[in-house]
Amino acid sequence: MSALERSPRGGAVQRLGRMVPFPAGASMARALVERNIRAYRSRWITLVSGLFEPVFYLFSLGVGLGALIGQVDAGGGRMIEYAAYVAPALMAAAAMNGAIFDATFNVFFKLKYTKLYESVLATPLGPRDVAVGEIAWALLRGSLYSTTFLLVVAVSGMARSWWAVLAIPTATLIGFAFASAGMALTTFMRSWQDFEYVNISILPMFLFSATFFPLSTYPEALQWVVQATPLYHGASLVRSLMLGDVGVGLVVHVLYLVMMGLVGITFAARRVERLLLT
Amino acid sequence: MVAQPDDPPLIAARGLTKHFGDFTAVDGIDVEVRRGEAFGFLGPNGAGKSSTMRMIGCVSPPSGGTLRVLGMDPITHGSQIRGRLGVVPQRDTLDEELTVRENILVYGRYFGLPRSVIRERATELLEFAQLSERADELVEPLSGGMKRRLTIARSLVNEPELLMLDEPTTGLDPQARHALWDRLFRLKRSGVTLVLTTHYMDEAEQLCDRLVVMDGGRIVAEGSPRQLISEHSTREVLELRLATDDHELYEAKVSDLATRVEVLPDRLLLYTDDGDAAAKIVHERGLAPLSTLVRRATLEDVFLHLTGRTLID
Repeated sequence: MSALERSPRGGAVQRLGRMVPFPAGASMARALVERNIRAYRSRWITLVSGLFEPVFYLFSLGVGLGALIGQVDAGGGRMIEYAAYVAPALMAAAAMNGAIFDATFNVFFKLKYTKLYESVLATPLGPRDVAVGEIAWALLRGSLYSTTFLLVVAVSGMARSWWAVLAIPTATLIGFAFASAGMALTTFMRSWQDFEYVNISILPMFLFSATFFPLSTYPEALQWVVQATPLYHGASLVRSLMLGDVGVGLVVHVLYLVMMGLVGITFAARRVERLLLT
Repeated sequence: MVAQPDDPPLIAARGLTKHFGDFTAVDGIDVEVRRGEAFGFLGPNGAGKSSTMRMIGCVSPPSGGTLRVLGMDPITHGSQIRGRLGVVPQRDTLDEELTVRENILVYGRYFGLPRSVIRERATELLEFAQLSERADELVEPLSGGMKRRLTIARSLVNEPELLMLDEPTTGLDPQARHALWDRLFRLKRSGVTLVLTTHYMDEAEQLCDRLVVMDGGRIVAEGSPRQLISEHSTREVLELRLATDDHELYEAKVSDLATRVEVLPDRLLLYTDDGDAAAKIVHERGLAPLSTLVRRATLEDVFLHLTGRTLID
């Protein structure tokens, strides 16, 4: 029994692991989340660096560039500071990026090179546990980022409503949608080159999903394309919460993201089964 | 733990088959393994050993036949079965992002064991694998033998009733192999049922109470190492080296002295129950061999006889 094992950090792993609710049929997924937390202990710096990216964007674009832009139309002719407009989108995009990174690059590495899942599937864990465990870990990591970001936003006075607190679970939902879809797609990847497809789809979404400028700037035809992207729904949802524009209309955004996540996670589990349990 | 004859078998396969597309990896085999036994699958590469092991380990659904492991069906009770198995795969799948000790701790959690129990077992298992001094180092720099020992230690964290080892000592140096055999002997003595695949005949003779020889997805022989030798070979082998470039020319001159004669590029193998008597006659016939060697027949002779000398890749 080592000193490390008895230290409070061991207890923290346990508590973090318990916080995550796991669906039926994937009750063993918790063990995989614990494994990932342990693996990150020795390279916590890669975890911490993810905190800064959205904050840097916020101050560079929102505050810096925002001073030149002034106010923008938040919909219905209501004018708000550019920083307050862009902050929710940055939070949604950070949730997307974090989830995609864990569920694609990291999962591919484990699938293809370290053969982690082969050893995991020799134990009572099944493919569903693997999918749920990896996605739950991506969400846990993503929640850390979105919570920190929201604190920065709140302290800087860019959040207009107490509804903003709900931006944290929303960011987790965005992460769920992207991590699930990302993991499912990763099971089809053959080499690192295939990840260019991920970059090609993520970057335009980050830039054009009504993130940095309003939907109304697009011609009508393009508005439909923008509205079809998942990040548009994520960013709109977080923005409505931060500005306090809460209404029944938000249910559409929630449903879109929930559906995307459920389809993705189901598919991911099936693919892991088909790839490894041959 | 001595197996009672009326104990249900730990593994029971009937007509077990595995197809991959058009290719038949396992072609209708019948196998029974009883508690406390050390059972071996022998065969050249591609004989179907690993496919069979994967089906028993519940990570590969059978294409046909019936399979029961610990009395349960792998299709419906895979997770429960795996919870009572220990698996040592052909290639080490250690978690290189974790330390030696963490590999055991985390693996134990996959079996849903409480942390306090795993911690205690990890200390014992590291002792068993002679890795206590490396416990808090990362896995990556360990030698091949150490990684293998850690893989075995890790597979024991759930105190399995059945330990499945796929080519446990392939690629290890002689010292590391003997160290591993020593560990496996101790496990066998403590009552763990061992199922292993190997293409090392000395390994099979050392460790297995009973074995099957597989070739092309089928079982071609079955029994204890001694039984297999007496059934498929003679008691002794006389190796004759003659002063010739073509040993085949001499085959007819000695064929009456042995049950079977095998011609190799550099010698003749005479399978006979009395090697010394045969050697004497060879000398009397004036064949003047460069050297004669009488040795006991080994499992290797059986193996090569049954599966052929052609190289299989």
